[in-house]
Amino acid sequence: MRVDTQLADGVRAEDVDRWVPTAAVLHSNGDGMDIAVKNGRIVGVRGRAGDRVNHGRLDVKDRYGWQANAAPDRLTTPLVRDGGSLVETSWDEAMSRIVSRSRTLLDEQGPGAIGFYTSGQLFCEEYYTLAAIARGGIGTNHLDGNTRLCTATAAAALKATFGCDGQPGSYTDVDHADVIALFGHNVAETQSVLWMRMLDRLAGDDPPALLCVDPRETPVARVATVHLAPVPGTNLALVNALLHEIIINGWVDRGYVDRHTVGYAALADAVADCTPEWAAGICRVPAARIREAAALLGRARRLLCTVLQGFYQSHQATAASVAVNNIVLLRGMLGKPGCGVLQMNGQPTAENTRECGADGDLTGFRNWANDAHVAELARLWNVDPMRIPHYAPPTHAMQMFRYAETGTLRMLWVSATNPAVSLPELARIRSILAQDRLFLVVQDCFRIETAELADVVLPAAMWGEKTGVFTNADRTVHLSEKAVDPPGQARSDLDIFCDYARRMDFRDRDGAPFPPWHDAASAYRAWQRASAGRLCDYSGLSWERLRDGGVQWGGERLYTDGGFFAHPDECETYGRDLVTGAPSDASEYRAMNPDGKAMLKPAPYLPPHETPSPEFPFALITGRTIHHFHTRTKTARAPELDAAAPRVWVEVSEVDAEAHGLAEGDLAAITTPRGTVRARVRIGGIRDGVLFLPFHYGYWDADGAAHDRAANELTITEWDPASKQPLFKTAAAALGRAP
Amino acid sequence: MTLDRVRHELHRAEGVLAQRFRQLSERHRAEAEVHHVARDLARWSDEHVAALGEPARSVPVPPWLSDDPDPGFALLTDLRRLHQSCAAVSLDWELLAQGAQAARNAELLDLASRCHPHTLRQLTWTNAMLTELSPQILTS
Repeated sequence: MRVDTQLADGVRAEDVDRWVPTAAVLHSNGDGMDIAVKNGRIVGVRGRAGDRVNHGRLDVKDRYGWQANAAPDRLTTPLVRDGGSLVETSWDEAMSRIVSRSRTLLDEQGPGAIGFYTSGQLFCEEYYTLAAIARGGIGTNHLDGNTRLCTATAAAALKATFGCDGQPGSYTDVDHADVIALFGHNVAETQSVLWMRMLDRLAGDDPPALLCVDPRETPVARVATVHLAPVPGTNLALVNALLHEIIINGWVDRGYVDRHTVGYAALADAVADCTPEWAAGICRVPAARIREAAALLGRARRLLCTVLQGFYQSHQATAASVAVNNIVLLRGMLGKPGCGVLQMNGQPTAENTRECGADGDLTGFRNWANDAHVAELARLWNVDPMRIPHYAPPTHAMQMFRYAETGTLRMLWVSATNPAVSLPELARIRSILAQDRLFLVVQDCFRIETAELADVVLPAAMWGEKTGVFTNADRTVHLSEKAVDPPGQARSDLDIFCDYARRMDFRDRDGAPFPPWHDAASAYRAWQRASAGRLCDYSGLSWERLRDGGVQWGGERLYTDGGFFAHPDECETYGRDLVTGAPSDASEYRAMNPDGKAMLKPAPYLPPHETPSPEFPFALITGRTIHHFHTRTKTARAPELDAAAPRVWVEVSEVDAEAHGLAEGDLAAITTPRGTVRARVRIGGIRDGVLFLPFHYGYWDADGAAHDRAANELTITEWDPASKQPLFKTAAAALGRAP
Repeated sequence: MTLDRVRHELHRAEGVLAQRFRQLSERHRAEAEVHHVARDLARWSDEHVAALGEPARSVPVPPWLSDDPDPGFALLTDLRRLHQSCAAVSLDWELLAQGAQAARNAELLDLASRCHPHTLRQLTWTNAMLTELSPQILTS
């Protein structure tokens, strides 16, 4: 077996003092790995041969990314803003300022003045603690993660179809499927070890057929049996045509549909006119190719569908992702080896953000609109149910920033994320974060772009410097153990949150300190109790058990017996209108799905809101590259990764490059109504009329002071109404030579 | 006959509703979700105007948007007024359906049963936006 190992120059395997078990944190695949420690320092990594996810292999980011832990510019001391600049201070002073401002705001305005914007990169114990503090301690509805940008639509689509979040499929389905359909999922760059698993199948006996839906000629597209490259913003039209074909050709598993689903008649009616010719006119994909794709899906014996950002960050995100779930249900391809759907995640611990209720839901996949669920959570925390906000859906990130913009949200605590680079329309985001009336707390390992705008900066420990649990996109839970001490005065995010709770003196109903836990082990045991009986039940997954390696919660596959977690009394949500985003209520849900079956949900295609025009003739999409993660905070501090992709580039088709007089390597200017970015031209690999920019590049290591490098200077402030995920793949842009 | 008057009134009211959704969208551009979704919802009213089978007319819409200097309060006021407009249109579809049934006018009944669900979704949306936005605006 191949075990990928990378050690610092001059270090041999036999020199290593200890190998400390963990998993990958630079993507969502959850590859099991060990950290090599020598003399109290991280000196390398190796894949874990016995891990169910990666069998010893490593993504290139994990081979080199560990070097960031020892980067010389780690934050090691708290900082506070004094006289306009950030100065070093003590933990006591930094925390006192936060507590003092919190108390003032609670007195003046109430909990709605305070919001928390967290991450997809902390650990389970940290999210659960933050959720308890925000919802049970302060009682604010304003808590969300940057998971809103990467995985909110996965959660929304799963909830819409199955009544509850939770990944139905398993990575092992790749080993068994005879057709793998990837919808907006460039797995070769986002989860390279999973891609290796697919390549193994393609190179072996009885290879599966691949369907790729992507406007770019990705590595997946190049080996696909059928590649469909729709115009950005038209995914739903395409999938509705696939559904149309599956129905009219009789490829529906009527037995499965009748036994296990509701909504077939409405779906069949809604796609009755969605012929391949109709979709071809919208998506600019030949109708014959749509028929070929539908035949692959319709004739598959073991069909695995996967979905990622090409759908999640595009127009009609949730409706299009739900439409993929509809394919899976119509074909009865669920809960059996090789049959399933993987609504993917973008970040390593995004699953935990969702499970713990640090994003748009309550802890343990509980339903904010179900009073019994709120009462259960209140009993668990021993607080008054009135303390836990449940008068409206938990506030999503983009709405929190809008509240900050209007001045009604006056303290924002950002942990382990970098909104000054990762949110859309950055000029607007910078102006919101820079307001004097907003008290901004930034908790991070580095002095990121967002920290430069902060009032208080808290130095946090990284992966490898603390112990905790996290869960990947196929529900595999890993325990990540502390390998080394954090630098300087940096503290774990959990310690910081617990310190805040103690200083704020939150109390439960009996006057005892809340939350009652104080470290990662006690926080995890509390989480096990909070999740018991829910779909994401961790009660049997003790740290001791996880020390033997990654384990999936819920077993290898969910819904193996056609039973779902969708009964009106247990579902996580009563659903939303996929066009308007308006929540449904309990009585509507009960009437529609009284027995808790899977739900087939149609939606009509609507044109995108910003379409190419004579002034802005291109469709601009942003995305990822294999060498970097998020805003390069860690990956650019690994010399090998930085050297592999040091500068922002723009991908342009050959035809478009020639029409604009651009050659490979030329400096181009890409302009939208919101700004201009300058990037080097890479020709090819994309359909005509579409531009691609990687979103990773910010300003901390840029030359000069201009804001002309981050792709999000250009993106639009718009989000999917159902999942509230911002649209990074639907903007109109102009292309020219940079002056 | 009186049923025609209901149909005629619906034609007028749907035309007005489409304009109001667009006016709401324009006035509250900074509220991204309101701005974008309201334009999609205007399309449904456009479709209803066309389905009602009379030539589209540009009906003058009396000023209705709030001029309150507090943008939050103005937003709530405008959504509340628009919700009431949707409710009135919804009732008219109800009346049209009732009259169509009594008159055994299958064509008109079919029209009402195709269009009315959209109006109910417009109504649910305005209600949902008020529900979600009001707690913050009313406590700050």
